Amino acid sequence: MNKKIALSMRGITKRFGSVLANNNVNLDVYQGEVLAILGENGCGKTTLMNMIAGIYFPDEGKIYKEDKEVVIRSPKDAFDLKIGMIHQHFKLVDLFTAAENIVLGVEEGKKYNLKNVNNRVREIADKYGFHIDPEKKIYDMSVSEKQTVEIIKVLYRGADILILDEPTAVLTPQEIDRLFEVLRRMKEDGKSIIIITHKLHEVLAVSDRVAILRKGEHVATVDTRDATESSLTEMMVGKKVELNIDRSEPVNPAPRIEIQHLSLKNAEGIDVLKDVSFIANSGEILGIAGIAGSGQKELLEAITGLQPTSTGDIIFTNPKKDKPVSFFHKSLARVKFLAKQGAFHDEFGNEVSFNGLGAKAIRRLVNNGKVLFKEDEVMNLRHKTPLQIRQLGIHLSFVPEDRLGMGLVGSMGITDNMMLRSYRKGASGFLNRRKPKQLAESIIHELEVSTPGVNTPVRKLSGGNVQKVLVGREIAFTPKVLMAAYPVRGLDINSSYTIYHLLNKQKEKGVAVIFVGEDLDVLLALCDRILVINSGEITGIVDARRATKEEIGLMMTQTKDASKEGNS
Amino acid sequence: MNIWLSYLIDSVAFGVTFIYGSTGEILTEKAGHLNLGIPGIMCMGGAGGCLVLNTIGKISMAMVEKGMSPLPGFVFVIAGILGAILMSMLMGLIYSFLTVTLRANQNVTGLVLTTFGTGLMKVIMSKLDHTIYLEGPKEFYRWPFHMRNDPLLYLGVLFYLSIFIALAASYVLYKTKVGLHLRAIGESPSTADAVGINVTKYKYLATIIGSAIAGLGGFYYIMDYSGSREAYLSIEAYGWMAIALVIFALWRPHFTIIGSIVFGFLFSFGSQIVNIEGISINLVMTYLLKMLPYICTIIVLIFTSIRNKRENQPPQSLGLPYFREDR
Amino acid sequence: MNDQKATSLREPLFHLTKRASISSAVAWLIRLAAVIIGLAVSGLIAFLLIEKLRLNPKEGIAKFYRCFYEGIWTEGKPFWENRSIWKFLKDTAMLLCIALAVTPAFKMKFWNTGAEGQTLMGILGAITVAVWLVPQARNASMSVPYWTLQLLMFGAAVLASTVWALIPAIFKAVWNTNETLFTLMMNYVAMNLVNMMLFIWRPKDFTLPSMNFDKLSFQFENLKSFVNNYLVIVLAVLALTFILFIYLKYTKHGYEISVVGESVRTAQYSGISVKKVIIRTMIVSGILCGVAGFLFASGLNKTIKPDDVGGNGFTAILVSWLAKFNPFGMIVTSALITVLNLGSAEISSDFDVSSAFPNVLVGIILFFVIGCEFFINYKIVFRKRSNRVKGASIK
Repeated sequence: MNKKIALSMRGITKRFGSVLANNNVNLDVYQGEVLAILGENGCGKTTLMNMIAGIYFPDEGKIYKEDKEVVIRSPKDAFDLKIGMIHQHFKLVDLFTAAENIVLGVEEGKKYNLKNVNNRVREIADKYGFHIDPEKKIYDMSVSEKQTVEIIKVLYRGADILILDEPTAVLTPQEIDRLFEVLRRMKEDGKSIIIITHKLHEVLAVSDRVAILRKGEHVATVDTRDATESSLTEMMVGKKVELNIDRSEPVNPAPRIEIQHLSLKNAEGIDVLKDVSFIANSGEILGIAGIAGSGQKELLEAITGLQPTSTGDIIFTNPKKDKPVSFFHKSLARVKFLAKQGAFHDEFGNEVSFNGLGAKAIRRLVNNGKVLFKEDEVMNLRHKTPLQIRQLGIHLSFVPEDRLGMGLVGSMGITDNMMLRSYRKGASGFLNRRKPKQLAESIIHELEVSTPGVNTPVRKLSGGNVQKVLVGREIAFTPKVLMAAYPVRGLDINSSYTIYHLLNKQKEKGVAVIFVGEDLDVLLALCDRILVINSGEITGIVDARRATKEEIGLMMTQTKDASKEGNS
Repeated sequence: MNIWLSYLIDSVAFGVTFIYGSTGEILTEKAGHLNLGIPGIMCMGGAGGCLVLNTIGKISMAMVEKGMSPLPGFVFVIAGILGAILMSMLMGLIYSFLTVTLRANQNVTGLVLTTFGTGLMKVIMSKLDHTIYLEGPKEFYRWPFHMRNDPLLYLGVLFYLSIFIALAASYVLYKTKVGLHLRAIGESPSTADAVGINVTKYKYLATIIGSAIAGLGGFYYIMDYSGSREAYLSIEAYGWMAIALVIFALWRPHFTIIGSIVFGFLFSFGSQIVNIEGISINLVMTYLLKMLPYICTIIVLIFTSIRNKRENQPPQSLGLPYFREDR
Repeated sequence: MNDQKATSLREPLFHLTKRASISSAVAWLIRLAAVIIGLAVSGLIAFLLIEKLRLNPKEGIAKFYRCFYEGIWTEGKPFWENRSIWKFLKDTAMLLCIALAVTPAFKMKFWNTGAEGQTLMGILGAITVAVWLVPQARNASMSVPYWTLQLLMFGAAVLASTVWALIPAIFKAVWNTNETLFTLMMNYVAMNLVNMMLFIWRPKDFTLPSMNFDKLSFQFENLKSFVNNYLVIVLAVLALTFILFIYLKYTKHGYEISVVGESVRTAQYSGISVKKVIIRTMIVSGILCGVAGFLFASGLNKTIKPDDVGGNGFTAILVSWLAKFNPFGMIVTSALITVLNLGSAEISSDFDVSSAFPNVLVGIILFFVIGCEFFINYKIVFRKRSNRVKGASIK
């Protein structure tokens, strides 16, 4: 290749605490090319690019711009070197127009005149084929328009190296086509474009070369025209790593929760889930694989009642057949109502109707365990709040991705965090800390949480310990369904194995476990079935004992096509 | 003269106090800082101006005793204004050091600043001689109308200055790069930081310049509108009114001009109504009218929050300290 | 090559990080140091402002600091007859009472700046009942049984304060209306409302808007006269402190407040209705302000003026915030502020300065106390030589 090198990195290493994010990476970018950076979640793509964009500073290694060594300490330094990065989370002032955002912070030395800025923005837009109204406010814009503003913002500053972090994740196919058209024109204009992605067909469609990163290391750089989807996948996922996770066969799996045609839009009105249907069985671990941000978070939050859904049903089957009714979660009125419907029978199989019985007598019968359910309870959880779901007597445990911002209260100790789910118990207005404290102590003991005491704020604990506390609490809730989003993210090996072990134990107890993960090796070794989600759509459900990494990798990255195999 | 016209002019003149106060507060709030110290700053602005006038008044008298001609009027005017500005800038500096650099809670800091400012002003004012700082110099502030005798028809130099400042502030905020940067900081300091805007510098400047402007309001009230030796005692109350006017004016300095007239009209209704013949009104009404500026402000606040139009909301980061590593 | 230069560009000399933890002993030591530095600086400022001090600096300064002691203790008097200490206890109790009122809301991160108005409405409510039921109040003869009247006054005070607190809370819960500005404005509406009512009730020979209800106070015959009300008030507020501590720490409501204050997302996750908690908590605040208003109206001043609360509603915010919303800590902070107030009042009378002088001193000392929180929350990390940057910009 006789093109000039625009930027090169030599021996770049970056650590976060004990985690090695990038290890001795060497990479060149030429002028007038599109370089794709390909890799799984957490392989260090974004960290690497952030070091060029001035967000992070490398621990080791050097960066050269056109053969001159440069030091990039802030985004402004990067701008001055004509490097611009378009992040996944846009940094725009909502209240401003496109043009105002674009000109923000630019020292032009000329008198500020918004009309000139508008014209200049239109000029850039015409040159590369963007569609944009410079006078439109950001809060009126779609995601794709906001992205356009971010790209023009970078071009306006005269950048000749553009880095785009997952630019297509939020776009429709038409918008993606338009974006690629723009990228090609910029390339022809001599600019270097780096695009971070995991979507293979996009890599093949738009890039000239592909650099593959795996576990923080630069594996290879290949010319796109020599690459195929399967060759790239192989390099991306690497050899299968055997994990030492004990996996038992599911015992009597029965449908526990059934999702039917679920769709939802996020706050920006984007379809995050599109007609999702699947069944999670009891006594089995259902893995969910997918690129980060494909709708996993929203799916779990929709099931727990935290996200409003637009269409679809969530059918929950409570295995109550021949189990005693309790007043724990049911009011007397509800019990009477269900009895009228003929839902109960006694231990001899005769129907219980409570005819002619007073409240006291009914209470006695129920409290003595003489009233049993005839069938499993089937309920639709659609449009129910978390509290309403709880009041129906349904135990859904949820280990959210954001542990301290959602699952736990950072400033409280372990005891108080144990109460987050159970504090309502009892008619008294006072808290009962006795049981939570016992629970806290048993979790500390059994899961080997290292903490100075039960009242030390959990914020001060290490990531692994925080996660043990959270998972421990959710399991102590005796769930029927246990959902965990990235429960081992950021955890060391030992903590991770503790979590796998806990999930397996729950499965053996007959809980339906839903595990959202990012490491395919783990998913394959831990789960019974794996559901693959891609841009809010299910692209397949496979048997984890037989599937291969490549197969799942393809389903995660390809748009929906014939690769649909396996089944629910 | 038509009594309603004179009443209107009085409202305009009264409102100038609020124009200064709220224009200053708007600049500060646009940088994301809710400065509840504005009443204290306005007090100290007044005290600073009077302190300087007291000093140069004495100098002038000494010069006369030595047979020289007294200091010319414009020296008094400019020195007084500079004194007010300097003193209130010092107050602004305290506020911005605590809230920007030390990231203290803005509400708490502002309230202490008001306690401090009103207290210190009273201490200072009790030491000044009103015959020196007020009686002589106040005539100079009636320029360019000081030749006329009708007390209602003077809108002096500080009135014109207030209109100029309010319009200039709007121009800077909405038509210049500096204003764009400032508004960006108030909306999203991390975005502004990411494009290389010096957030700390802007926050300091906005707070200190805003304080200087607000301080002029207190000085104006003493020297011009009231012109009495007890005037300083009521500045604090008008400071809170100025904060209300910020909301009423939807964070736009040029709107404060109209808003201040409305507020001035309502607030001085009680004292004016007795002058108007042919209107008899239950005096209870005057108290209700005094409540109206605040009630109107609340209604504006509620209305804008229900309508939820983005342009009329308080700046997004108002009240939140900015710490880069939080992003 | 130019490695040297690159290294020197690595990171700035120092940068700030949030402290992960600090022991409360160290935190209180830092605060104590701030108070001491504040006292020193205020001495300096006083030196500049007060001529009498400059005439005889050595004695003057000693006397200056002695005033803080004299402000709360009259030399040579036994405790029960020591007027100064009882005034100190009463002032502390009243400030503490309002501080207790703002605390639940603050813990929830609802910035209620309206305690002044809410307390004033409590006073107004109590007085309204008195005026309504005791038409001869000004003539000092009562027509309603004493305890019935007290009870009704209490009820009215609590009701009025609660309504005043509830209005902004509802708008915050439903439309997310900015509560800081809303509650702030409500103060001034309340003050004008009091003015208006006083005007309506004014006696024929009365010119100033203030009323006297001398005969509507508690009477405890077995204690000396000025201790009467004071002791009742101090005990009542101490009980409230204890109750609020229990409420925040040991009840389900208190638990919900903590969760909402920490993270709305977590609250939703655990099924807490944030709206309900906002409204309920502001009702609690309103009730406590009502109690404060009742104590003012019935036990203390026996008069009503628009500035009766005297800025305590604002100072209470400081008291609560400085104590990190801990009711027992607030006993310390409210006592501190009262000592400063009374001491500097003593100074202003001893040294013949304006009666506004206490505000100046309190202001200066509080600047230091507020500023010192920075050193409690943040850590200044200096660049370590030969040690590579770690986490300079890790999120």
